Amino acid sequence: MIVEYEPVIGIETHVELVTDSKMFCGCPAHFGADPNTNVCPVCLGLPGALPVPNEKAIEWIVAIGLALECDIAYHSQFHRKNYFYADQPKNYQISQYDVPVCSGGALDIETDGQSTRVRINRVHMEEDTGKMIHVGGGGRIKDADHSLLDFNRAGVPLVEIVTEPDLATPQQARAFAQELQAIVLALGVSDAKLEEGSMRFDANVSLRPKGTDELGTKVEVKNMNSFRSLERALAYEIDRQTAALAAGEPIAQETRHWDESAGITGGMRSKEESSDYRYFPEPDLVPIEISYALRETIRERLPELPAARRSRYGDLGLDPASIAALASGGAGVTERFEDAVVAGSDPKTIANWLTGEVAAFLRRESVELADTPLSGEHLSQLERLYAAGDLSATAAKQVLGGVMAGEGSPAEVAAARDLIQISDIGALAAQIDRVLADHPEEHQRLKDGDAKVIGYLVGQVMRITAGKADPKVVSTILGEKAEG
Amino acid sequence: MSSLADLTLAEAAASLRAGEVSSRELLQATLDRALLTEAELHAYLTIDHEGARAAAAAADEALVRGETTGPLHGIPVAIKDNMVTSGLETTAGSQILAGYVPPYDATAVTALKKAGAVIIGKTNLDEFAMGSSTENSGYGPTANPWDTGRVPGGSSGGSAAAVAAGSALTALGSDTGGSIRQPAALCGVVGMKPTYGLVSRYGLIAFASSLDQIGPISRTVEDAATTLEVIAGHDPLDATSYRGEYPQYRASLGRGVAGLRIGVVAELAGEGISPDVLTACRSVVDSLAEAGAAVREVSLPSMEYALSAYYLIAPAECSANLARFDGVRYGLRVDGATVEEMTARTRAAGFGPEVTRRILLGTYALSAGYYDSFYGQAQKVRTLVIQDFTRAYQGFDVLVSPTSPMTAFELGSRTEDPLSMYLVDVCTIPSNLAGAPSISVPVGLDAAGLPIGFQIMAPALGEEVLLRVAAEVERASGWNNRRPPLVGDDRGV
Repeated sequence: MIVEYEPVIGIETHVELVTDSKMFCGCPAHFGADPNTNVCPVCLGLPGALPVPNEKAIEWIVAIGLALECDIAYHSQFHRKNYFYADQPKNYQISQYDVPVCSGGALDIETDGQSTRVRINRVHMEEDTGKMIHVGGGGRIKDADHSLLDFNRAGVPLVEIVTEPDLATPQQARAFAQELQAIVLALGVSDAKLEEGSMRFDANVSLRPKGTDELGTKVEVKNMNSFRSLERALAYEIDRQTAALAAGEPIAQETRHWDESAGITGGMRSKEESSDYRYFPEPDLVPIEISYALRETIRERLPELPAARRSRYGDLGLDPASIAALASGGAGVTERFEDAVVAGSDPKTIANWLTGEVAAFLRRESVELADTPLSGEHLSQLERLYAAGDLSATAAKQVLGGVMAGEGSPAEVAAARDLIQISDIGALAAQIDRVLADHPEEHQRLKDGDAKVIGYLVGQVMRITAGKADPKVVSTILGEKAEG
Repeated sequence: MSSLADLTLAEAAASLRAGEVSSRELLQATLDRALLTEAELHAYLTIDHEGARAAAAAADEALVRGETTGPLHGIPVAIKDNMVTSGLETTAGSQILAGYVPPYDATAVTALKKAGAVIIGKTNLDEFAMGSSTENSGYGPTANPWDTGRVPGGSSGGSAAAVAAGSALTALGSDTGGSIRQPAALCGVVGMKPTYGLVSRYGLIAFASSLDQIGPISRTVEDAATTLEVIAGHDPLDATSYRGEYPQYRASLGRGVAGLRIGVVAELAGEGISPDVLTACRSVVDSLAEAGAAVREVSLPSMEYALSAYYLIAPAECSANLARFDGVRYGLRVDGATVEEMTARTRAAGFGPEVTRRILLGTYALSAGYYDSFYGQAQKVRTLVIQDFTRAYQGFDVLVSPTSPMTAFELGSRTEDPLSMYLVDVCTIPSNLAGAPSISVPVGLDAAGLPIGFQIMAPALGEEVLLRVAAEVERASGWNNRRPPLVGDDRGV
């Protein structure tokens, strides 16, 4: 009998917070400084140094927990997680164990029009490690000649978000990861860049006979630094485990690394080390107290979350594809959209431009909208010109390109490029009369009430006005003449 | 007194302010005493001649200008070598930190400097403060000034021996299970462990974070109070630092004990305590009663288990605290083919046997499957100890006991038997578990001429009543800054 298996997936996400200072000392937490310049006795683990918690980071993890519908603990506790590694200054990580700040939440995701509720087991606070650069031996620690250590990242606040094993497909895993990133970005607590490691996903995958409740042996997959590689790695791992089970081989409980270029997962070490972290309450820190008042203040200050925003955009008349495109448009897109709509512009027109012409420009130039001069005010000015008939649809798109290229405001670009169209009825009537005089045959057909000739005549008016006539107005005038 | 080095801190400070002596003269007398005694005592690991002379000169110049920066202005002070000192080698008594020069000062050291203290140097200790005799130092033991064939106690044995011998006027120690009070008792000086959180631990090289506390070792109760006033205070760099009011501790001295209720801890007054110690302590208790205190015996049943709980909690915390000594960033490094091998070799070479024993004990106590029965159980006992104290303090203002079950023992007599060494701390450990203040005051000599210490315990933040009783004990015992034979008149400068 052939057993059919179904995957069971859980995801652990690490999010680096963009607080000004590190989790337990006053060192700057931002990236890009020369190695080992953002360091002090505390984050270097010098003898005698002591940690002091960053209150901002605590407030931010509460915000994350509230956004994920978690319970927020009134009293939470830091624990020491003990393990030796050269990039870890104290050889223990200050983390959380049995009393995390947030527990028991949920996040709804959508795939192929189907909604799935992913339960959140916990969200806890910890500190990041330093960075190791292995020199020689292909950059791997095993064969390296020596290793360099940079402790600038050591002690940066890190939030870990752990789901229940509620995901059934790689597509769902990707949708979860994207939705979580959108939430973190909306909260403004992390820059959430996968490629830079400020948001990292590890996945636990196991297979079980379809329809059963038991959990199979799980494999942890690491090192996916894009949404696409998360999806690919899971698909690969599910195939690998399916093949192994079909061949009657047991699944080893292990950690496997995703190799992006080879498209495979590989075991990290031949001998799996049992990890006993010997957690115990961090005696250098007192329990974290999160009062009802603090929690509710943070809740009141929560920004609009992606799901609520999507729903509101739907109410504005946008279709799901446009909403998704706006949401994934990168830095500045939804902000410009909001600004233009607040200024009174038609949401659909603005969304079409942003997801069409503007998105194409950004892709072509490899820039974020936030880095271009195009503002919400520009968009709404352009929309007014377009709505008034001063710009054709084609001309409006040309103006967008000009504004993003830094040629000035929409009015300035339209004027400089001579794109303002003629929609004044008096001015157009003279041009129409000229065309009718030049085309007596068509003029006669029009007079006979043949509406099919209108298109040809509009084209002729466009020709003699070098495309600046408003074709809609021309068409209307000709139609009136046909009806006589 | 034949030398300035034998003055109390209070006497020296008064003479300085009166212009009768200079800080440089005080320092010179102290350094001369060190020159005379160090070959036999080895109280110091580092003497900072240059830094101390510069500080004394600066203190004198300030005095000439009519400025004094604080109560320790111009006073030569010694610091236990597990408190980091910027630019001055700090080893915690371990070979793993040989040659380590910290880039910053511990908060308590900063406080001393601000108060105008002249820091003479760093004193010897059991490696990472783990021990009760200073024999576990990675740099050789310290001897007791009362009998150089005997231990000074530990782990702050260097600070206690220096203060007793006159090579420092006052000193800082650290106390995790008795490491200030027990050596103070064995060296005939006053040693005080303040309430947990009263003195910042920032810059104190951690042994067991939930128990460690810095405190003074001084010649008199008043000198201890003066030193405590300087180092106590809230520190934003220590998350466990006390945030409330810090009184002037000297104000409570000299008020007597009339009307105070004093409890003699039954569990610490019988079995295992040497007869001379018991006799001396009973005589002190009698004199307290004569001075108007209401004295009764009180039972704290959990005392029996405190020692066992301590020897699980302290090693557990130390196993994590000492993990950072891995050869990667500072201190000793013994090379290996891999990082793991380098770390293992470094630690094997750098840590002494007692430290290794405690790291192993603690690692075991925290291991999966053992946590609940060891570390978890020990924390429950700790809660029971705290509850026992709370109950006792409903009927008593302070509790008393001997500081140490025995006077100074012979060098080498207990090193082969770790358990017999652990038992030395039986009277002092409960106060650490409770986070409460406790002080040892010298009250007399045993038949062999060795000092006996009397311990007073008070509830958390009870420093004022603690010092008030201590001052009366000191007065009634007639100890009066008694000097050890090593520095007697025939040896004086």
